[in-house]
Amino acid sequence: MKSKIDALWKWLDERLDLSQIIAFAQHKTVPQHKYSFWYYWGGISLFLFLVQALTGVLLLIYYRPGPEAFDSVRQITYEINFGWLIRSLHAWAANLMVASIFVHMFSVYFMKAYRAPREFGWWSGMLLLMISTVFGFSGYLLPMNELSYFATKVGLEIPTSMPIIGPLIGDIVRAGPEVSEYTLQRFFALHVVVLPALFVPILVFHLWLVQRNGMALPPSEEARPVQERKTIPFFPNFFMKDLAVWLITLNVLALLAVCFPWDLGVQADALKPAPLGIHPEWYFMSAFQILKVFGNLLPGDLGEAMGVGIFTLGIILWMLIPLYDPDSRSGERARHATYFGLLVLAGVIVLTIWGYAAL
Amino acid sequence: MSGTKETVTRRDFLRIILTGVGACYAAAIGYPLWRYLISPAEQAKSLAAVKEVTLKDAHTLAAGSVLMFKFGSHPAMLIHHKDGSWVALDAVCTHLGCTVQYQPDRNVIHCNCHGGEYDAQTGKNISGPPPRPLRPYVVKVIEGGVLVSRV
Ligand code: FES
Repeated sequence: MKSKIDALWKWLDERLDLSQIIAFAQHKTVPQHKYSFWYYWGGISLFLFLVQALTGVLLLIYYRPGPEAFDSVRQITYEINFGWLIRSLHAWAANLMVASIFVHMFSVYFMKAYRAPREFGWWSGMLLLMISTVFGFSGYLLPMNELSYFATKVGLEIPTSMPIIGPLIGDIVRAGPEVSEYTLQRFFALHVVVLPALFVPILVFHLWLVQRNGMALPPSEEARPVQERKTIPFFPNFFMKDLAVWLITLNVLALLAVCFPWDLGVQADALKPAPLGIHPEWYFMSAFQILKVFGNLLPGDLGEAMGVGIFTLGIILWMLIPLYDPDSRSGERARHATYFGLLVLAGVIVLTIWGYAAL
Repeated sequence: MSGTKETVTRRDFLRIILTGVGACYAAAIGYPLWRYLISPAEQAKSLAAVKEVTLKDAHTLAAGSVLMFKFGSHPAMLIHHKDGSWVALDAVCTHLGCTVQYQPDRNVIHCNCHGGEYDAQTGKNISGPPPRPLRPYVVKVIEGGVLVSRV
């Protein structure tokens, strides 16, 4: 038996260079220090994305866009064995994935892992976050219940009321003046074909960069002499820890999905008055609140344009941070970048809470 | 010496525990997944378990014509013959499963896929590739319709 397995291994190894890969993984090391905890959040995000891909394909087996959309989601929830569980997992993992990407982004920011040579890691990561929020926005409409219908209606009101490009967005994204079956159908195409096709190659690029550049050291660790820095082997030590974290994530996700199954809601009806408390998903709340504040501050289109302008400027600055703070060991600029990061983090939190309070 | 022995047993113990936990996870993921995927097949099976169906208003079916219907999830046909008799048969060809068709002019049941033919009274396979007769049902004309049940 053992010799058979050895023979098979040899056969595979000769053709696929497996032992080289293993030797490589054993030599690869991961830094170990008091901020190591934050290294796991990229992996958690990746795990949740894999959950999304799997549960998404499973939902696709029974979901039908078009006039039957709500009814097919009702069937999944109440008639298909464990359909409620798959759907609940997909909805919960979506939110957890965006949340863990946020944690990952801010930890990368404050550990200054965006500095040379890791700029492309930062930029590709930002792209992945943006695509994730579009995933969330488009997926939210698919059940075509009251909440998703009106939230999409309100959400699209903002970009479509912008001067010049607004009407264009209305025609292309919403497919007309109202959220309709046409909107649903193109959100569906976006959600299951276009976005995955964009997301996966960028994700592969992102992971390849992590492999190429290794884990970044925070400035405080960099300041230490090389002999004093600790590392652990990637394989099996870090790999096992990563696996354990994935298992914890899976348990948390399963617990949430089972204890708080996602609501089916009521079928959308354009002629019925909107229910109370229509609001965007939490990850859009801060942006939504900025627009609201400026809309109240300044009259008409001007306020809205200002809000959109400020928000866009903020994102551009945030993306360009590797160029502004390229490499400086806890010097002037690095400190400015930290203050800017704290300001952004506080701003996002305050605006989100404010947004919910003002509902 | 005894030290090494102990480590080996501890290792084995750990391996058993880990395998057990792994198996639990595999089952906890695999079972719902499997049930989710076979859901429609299960529903079809419970549909197929029906004992009888009532075809409303089918008693008005003209002599020499046919009514296609579903017995559970299974295609079936009700023929009202010119001599006034009623026959209900499976409509799935016993060769490779095509849906068969009643031809009133020749009074046979014909399968378009490979030209199999059945007797329209008994369902017996009379020519072509079909290996078995079509399964008959019991027909009873009742008030307001026709009752078809399993033999
Ligand atoms: S399937 Fe009917 S004759 Fe072949």
